[in-house]
Amino acid sequence: MSTVHIPSVLRPNVGGAKSLEVDGDSIRSVVNGLVERHPALGGQLLTDEGDLNRFVNVYVNGQDVRYLAGLDTPVADKDEVRLLPAMAGG
Amino acid sequence: MPKSYADLLREARAQIREVTPQEVDALPADAATIVDVREASEWEQGHIPGAHHVSKSYIEQQIEAAAPDRDAQVILYCAGGVRSLFAAQTLAEMGYSDVASMSGGFQGWKGAGLEFETPVVLSSEQKQRYSRHLLIPEVGSAGQKQLLESKALLIGAGGLGSPAALYLAAAGVGTIGLVDFDVVDISNLQRQIIHTTDRVGQRKVESARISINALNPDITVVEHEEMLTADNVARLIDGYDVILDGTDTFETRYVLNDAAVAAGIPVVHASVFRFEGQLTTFVPYEGPCYRCLYPTPPPPELAPGCSVAGVLGVVPGILGLLQTNEALKVLLGIGTTLAGRLLLFDALESEFTELQLRRDPACPVCSDAAVEARKAGRPLDVATVGADAPFLMTTTGLAGSVSPEARA
Repeated sequence: MSTVHIPSVLRPNVGGAKSLEVDGDSIRSVVNGLVERHPALGGQLLTDEGDLNRFVNVYVNGQDVRYLAGLDTPVADKDEVRLLPAMAGG
Repeated sequence: MPKSYADLLREARAQIREVTPQEVDALPADAATIVDVREASEWEQGHIPGAHHVSKSYIEQQIEAAAPDRDAQVILYCAGGVRSLFAAQTLAEMGYSDVASMSGGFQGWKGAGLEFETPVVLSSEQKQRYSRHLLIPEVGSAGQKQLLESKALLIGAGGLGSPAALYLAAAGVGTIGLVDFDVVDISNLQRQIIHTTDRVGQRKVESARISINALNPDITVVEHEEMLTADNVARLIDGYDVILDGTDTFETRYVLNDAAVAAGIPVVHASVFRFEGQLTTFVPYEGPCYRCLYPTPPPPELAPGCSVAGVLGVVPGILGLLQTNEALKVLLGIGTTLAGRLLLFDALESEFTELQLRRDPACPVCSDAAVEARKAGRPLDVATVGADAPFLMTTTGLAGSVSPEARA
């Protein structure tokens, strides 16, 4: 189980949860697991082709998966996954 | 048996070794601790490079800080070579084993055509105002002078810009530029503490200038009452040493990023949403830029601004001060900035999280290829952002766009 931290802008899509425990040994399986449970997240996180949207950053233990192996980045038990969209407010 | 001045001088000369300015100049670096024992007003007119200043009247109290090793060579000098002889006697009494006095003093040094430096001189009012900075070795009078000569540009005199402008002014950052086209609205005052109730309706840049100069009249405030756009950005940022990005639209953030990277100016970035904030420092070519972090802007429903989503007032306050801390470090060249790190703040949990950022080797703005393309006059294509992009959402969902006047 890894812990996925949900930013507040996405929380309405997951019933308000701040974080979720999700099974999966890669970012792909973790994201798919999330979307299965909360289909509304799908349109936010993934493109029609099933890739990660470029405006949502995904970090595993503080590292951007774009510079690891993208969706194929391995996720181990107790890893911290963080979804991070840009925010503009000032 | 009373002694005359001539008697005392003769005794000092007999006891203390004297060296010439040329001999002192020829010493290898670190061979001796050189101490200027003149008064502060004389020191400020110029001194030997690398010398410590310990006025003769404080020599017993302060010499141990300047020269902790009693067996190391210490050379004292004054204006003409007399006061330093008597001060050297005191050091000998205190157990310093290798003390010398420079004959001819600083006049002899200058007369021999040797190099000297003139220290930074702050006015007595400035010495009082910035005394807590002057006490910190990492700032001191040289750092304070640096701040006074620095220019910081704030994009937005709002939630982030308010605390930043006030603390930059308090710190003595000599020139503060403000870019904001808005007027003060009463709904701003829940967090935009640089403005006041009696200035509702006034131009924000003017209102901010009044508060800045009330706090520190030395600060030059440059009012840029216009919206930052691709057409004016190069002119607006020209000549500034650091930029604090406190806007609330993606369009402005990308336009600013692209121009600041091209101009080589560091941008301290912060953004806020309800209880959360993000902060980093973009140092061109040393760390990632905004487009490396977020290659494309999110769709409107994922990125509401404060005016539609709301924000806890202290969140921009906290983030604005962290921005100021970054800006001061950039200006002073001290410490470690957040270049390459993104700091997240969650006010509800009182939690800070740090994420590692990287430069995107394919970045259309800061990659080597992008730099080459700019030099060749053919900048790479970048994703463009619609002006109303962040303003299409209310707390309940998609809604109409918000007029510029309602942006805050």
